[in-house]
Amino acid sequence: MNSDPKLERIAKGNALALCATGTWTASFAPVLERMVADAEKLAGSPQSIFIDVSEVAKLDTFGAWLIERLRRSLTQGAVEAQIAGLSANYSSLVDEVRRVRATPVVETSTITITGMLEQIGRTVAGVGGTVAGLIDMLGAVLAAGLRVLIHPRSFRLTSTVHHMEQVCWRAVPIIVLITFLIGCIIAQQGIFHFRRFGADIFVVDMLGVLVLREIGVLLVAIMVAGRSGSAYTAELGSMKMREEIDALRTMGFDPIEVLVLPRMLALVLALPILAFLGAMAALYGGGLVAWLYGGVDPEAFLLRLRDAISIDHFIVGIVKAPVMAAVIGIVACVEGLAVQGSAESLGQHTTASVVKGIFFVIVMDGVFAIFFASIGM
Amino acid sequence: MTGEIQNPIIRVRDITVQFGATRVLDGLNLDVKRGEILGFVGPSGAGKSVLTRTIIGLVPKVAGSIEVFGVDLDSSSTSQRRNVERRWGVLFQQGALFSSLTVRQNIQFPMREYLRVSQRLMDEITMAKLAMVGLKPEVAERFPSELSGGMIKRVALARALSLDPDLVFLDEPTSGLDPIGAGDFDELVRTLQRTLGLTVFMVTHDLDSLYTACDRIAVLGNGKIIAAGSIADMQASQHPWLRQYFHGKRARAVMS
Repeated sequence: MNSDPKLERIAKGNALALCATGTWTASFAPVLERMVADAEKLAGSPQSIFIDVSEVAKLDTFGAWLIERLRRSLTQGAVEAQIAGLSANYSSLVDEVRRVRATPVVETSTITITGMLEQIGRTVAGVGGTVAGLIDMLGAVLAAGLRVLIHPRSFRLTSTVHHMEQVCWRAVPIIVLITFLIGCIIAQQGIFHFRRFGADIFVVDMLGVLVLREIGVLLVAIMVAGRSGSAYTAELGSMKMREEIDALRTMGFDPIEVLVLPRMLALVLALPILAFLGAMAALYGGGLVAWLYGGVDPEAFLLRLRDAISIDHFIVGIVKAPVMAAVIGIVACVEGLAVQGSAESLGQHTTASVVKGIFFVIVMDGVFAIFFASIGM
Repeated sequence: MTGEIQNPIIRVRDITVQFGATRVLDGLNLDVKRGEILGFVGPSGAGKSVLTRTIIGLVPKVAGSIEVFGVDLDSSSTSQRRNVERRWGVLFQQGALFSSLTVRQNIQFPMREYLRVSQRLMDEITMAKLAMVGLKPEVAERFPSELSGGMIKRVALARALSLDPDLVFLDEPTSGLDPIGAGDFDELVRTLQRTLGLTVFMVTHDLDSLYTACDRIAVLGNGKIIAAGSIADMQASQHPWLRQYFHGKRARAVMS
């Protein structure tokens, strides 16, 4: 039923007829476009030209537009071009495309040096905005927290418990597994290198201090930023996209109080618990490797551990956890509420949430290190 | 091809669709003829959208057969199926525009995939499609999140028509539009059907659409087609739901 489209030139007296035949539809669009571009070169010839479409078997928007385009470019020359032999079936379609103003949009996405400099400038200026946004959210969350303290009935316990389950309880297996493995690796590396000096037993000191002060909480915070920070951003972001947050607001609820506060609270409670479990798992893993690989039996390990570390080390580690949780939560919620209408924007903000969350966690860790060093802990 | 002209463009036979224990469609039969606008009505939750989604292959069926353009969709090869998919366009209830692409890129998306034509031709055809669905050329560079509900429907229709399909599925095209907008949309579907020779399968709740746009109406109830025919047939029917639907308060308001 489909026959190849053709555009034949037939001289009829003084005039030149362009006879279109065959199927002028989307499936043949590449061929049609080439033929029409070819025929457009006739523009400016002294002969009068008309386009005969009486033999066209099938016509759709693509075909009709190309015929119209041909007519226009031939008319722009010295001669008036006409369409002849248009069947009643297709005349309304041709009339439809005749009304189209063909002004192809010009894309202006050229890369210039000034454009790049402008981009850099905007990004730098955006850093200030980011920090201001975080402080703004911190203030809003604290204000919502105070309101809840004054009216405890408005506290959303169910929601908080639900998020505790998601963020804390469900994270336990993966956190314990990963910190256990990290503990194993630290112990193995320590023994391997300390053995040369005959200082095997000091691996216990290293493991204890490192895990309790730094690795335990830092590693867990990074994992929580990746696991729960991203989830918060995606949840809030898709709620923003579907106008659910606007709906809450119009019903007289404060989204910060309803959505952000329970999530923040769950995270602030969850991270110390997870950090504690992570530290224990890492110590267990390290002890296991010290015993099986280094020949330090558990009793000696525990004795040495008791001498090597004090409660200070543990406190230094665990005190950092809720602060890091707050940073992760605030970054995630700010990013979630900043999502615009598109799927792409949701992806960008989720990425930003994780990247910024991890960055701020490490910065906070550095600040804490300086602080604890100066107070001698 | 000659067979295709005589045969219905969609032939649905003994379709059964089940979600868990609930049977949504139960041995349903339906024909859609070439060149007609079929209005598909039924109570909310009767499975109108499910049938549409089953025909276009988004919902698996338990039993039955579906033929579109004379091709049995179950036994067809991948290339046959792609060929059929190229010849139909779907307008989803919420528009389902790609949110990270502009209106122009949305409309050009199927062209880019299926046709090897120049950017210039794609831009020109996009402008033609936008004009056909009654939108201004300026809309082309906007993102879906910057459009109103009615504009989203129109852009979605333009995308559904992007490859000049022979068949379009419209899932509640006028829902969420103001009455004037809905009337315009019905008019638009009618005009496009005339100019492009489309066959239209339209799920709707809108009585106005049924009166002004549809050639034939099929009514879904209890997982089956309980009636099919012209609007006059529907009004004459004694089926209780149909009587209520076509002789209720709203129907009288529409007819008067």
